[in-house]
Amino acid sequence: MHETTYEPVFTGDRKKQLDQLLPRFPTKRAALLPALWMVQQARGWISDHAMAEVAEVLGLTPAYVKGVVTFYTMYHQHPVGKHFVQVCTTTPCNLCGAEGVVKAFLEHTGCKELGATSPDGKYTVIEVECLGACGFPTPVMIGDDFIENVTPEGVPELLRKYQ
Amino acid sequence: MGYPHQPHLKETVVLSQYFGDAEARTYDGWVKRGGYQALEKALAMEPAQVIEIVKQSGLRGRGGAGFPAGVKWSFMPKEKKKPHYLCCNADESEPGTFKDREIMRWTPHGLIEGCAIAQYAIQAEVTYIYVRGEFTEPLRIMEGALAEAYRHGVLGPNAMGTGKRLDMYLHRGAGAYICGEETALMSSIEGRRGNPRIRPPFPAAYGVFGMPTTINNVETLASVPHIINRGGAWYKSLSLSHPKSTGTKLFSVCGNVKRPGNYEVTMGFPLGELIDELCGGVPDGRTLKACIPGGSSVPILNREESESCKLDYEGCVEQGTMLGSGGLIVFDDSADMVYQIMRLARFYAHESCAQCTQCREGTAWTVRILQRILAGQGEAKDLDLLLDLSEQMTGKTICVLSDSCAAPVVSGIKKFRGEFEAYINGTRRPRPVLVHA
Repeated sequence: MHETTYEPVFTGDRKKQLDQLLPRFPTKRAALLPALWMVQQARGWISDHAMAEVAEVLGLTPAYVKGVVTFYTMYHQHPVGKHFVQVCTTTPCNLCGAEGVVKAFLEHTGCKELGATSPDGKYTVIEVECLGACGFPTPVMIGDDFIENVTPEGVPELLRKYQ
Repeated sequence: MGYPHQPHLKETVVLSQYFGDAEARTYDGWVKRGGYQALEKALAMEPAQVIEIVKQSGLRGRGGAGFPAGVKWSFMPKEKKKPHYLCCNADESEPGTFKDREIMRWTPHGLIEGCAIAQYAIQAEVTYIYVRGEFTEPLRIMEGALAEAYRHGVLGPNAMGTGKRLDMYLHRGAGAYICGEETALMSSIEGRRGNPRIRPPFPAAYGVFGMPTTINNVETLASVPHIINRGGAWYKSLSLSHPKSTGTKLFSVCGNVKRPGNYEVTMGFPLGELIDELCGGVPDGRTLKACIPGGSSVPILNREESESCKLDYEGCVEQGTMLGSGGLIVFDDSADMVYQIMRLARFYAHESCAQCTQCREGTAWTVRILQRILAGQGEAKDLDLLLDLSEQMTGKTICVLSDSCAAPVVSGIKKFRGEFEAYINGTRRPRPVLVHA
């Protein structure tokens, strides 16, 4: 474990927020996905410690929580760059030049390969399967921002907004 | 309306009437446009009456399967012994499909109203609207609209002042195409890995949390208020070809086309006309090569088939494909079918939940063979191997993800065999695959 001290996520307001979600479901387990989102929003990723905390809070086991975290691609099991860039390259976008957009992001962020974080820690670029906005090629997500109609030429200007 | 375009005269605008109209997103704006009258009307009826109207309308599931919505609702127990649930499937992830996103972005109250009517009809206490995790904007808009609906007493313990309780919650997915499969969606709501479950038992008997459940797509539910307002007979009359395909359908058109976007047409509309007239055709100097009419999981049509295809459930079956979700992917003569089919297979390999061997191994193996062919290292027998493998992947697994991977591969080899052979016999230069396997 590389973390020596662990600050719990579910204290104060966040604990209250989670408690307010619980009556929505007949089981505590059902609050797992929302709880994991809360961890990621607070910490940027979900560490083993955080998984253990979520397990404790919801009456589950750490192994169970890990099994769920690893199923869903949007939960980060490792720290990522300050700006997490996801470029859709599935068929409809691919037909419209999405691979050129990926190349432009890799080039202009300094990320050498997909999934790696740039040396300055600012960016991580990945390919993502169908973002569900095929009529607006190429859709890109940067953090929680959903951006339509990105072209390779537009990448440098777009990145200036994400420093 | 082909948002962001102006509506075309040949469209039949029902669901998309307010796409692009920001005021329609608000509670006040929605009410001003006649919103929530259908819910008021439905709450004054018996649940069985509401189901009867939807049955009469002929409305069929818009998520892909095309099952009659009213009939699905009627499978729920009449005598309520346990809690009932409604799940709205807003996990829109089928490549080529982007209609539910616009419904949520522009008419969130229309979806809430449709959910509330369905919820009442099946006597459910709670609706979970399961939205894919990447849809940050639709999530934000839906969250705001739900809060407004509670504030104005549309939802809550005294819904529309009737004394009836209607609760509705958003549930955010976290990046898994398979959660759009109805049983996987229920697993995901329960806080589990999104693994599909064997049916039977069907959700109406044993659904989310083991309770009777109905799952409907966003577009299906958003159609319901219009049916309640204007009647089942009106909806049923919207049909250009086969009488069992009724109403309007949003087609998400994308790929090699001049004006991509959502177009709402009456069932039975000719596919060729949609591409050529409404969408402006393929880019200048290009010709149409192929079409996938119902999202990436259905067989590919060649040019001739595309030109004679009627866009309804039966019309697509006549051409050997399916209407699916109405995600229309257009390929012009510049498209490399081998590469794009590999890219589709890779999508399924990435999204397999890995429970069933045929799917876990078959999707990944399909990708490896296709990449080998693209790299110029394919052999003549590889095409038979792909076809044999696809057969082993069809109809043998818990859900249809594996079948969906096989559909474009089999139809692709059948209709564009020459393109595969060109890579194999070396007349076409190898094409490296850009990224990760």
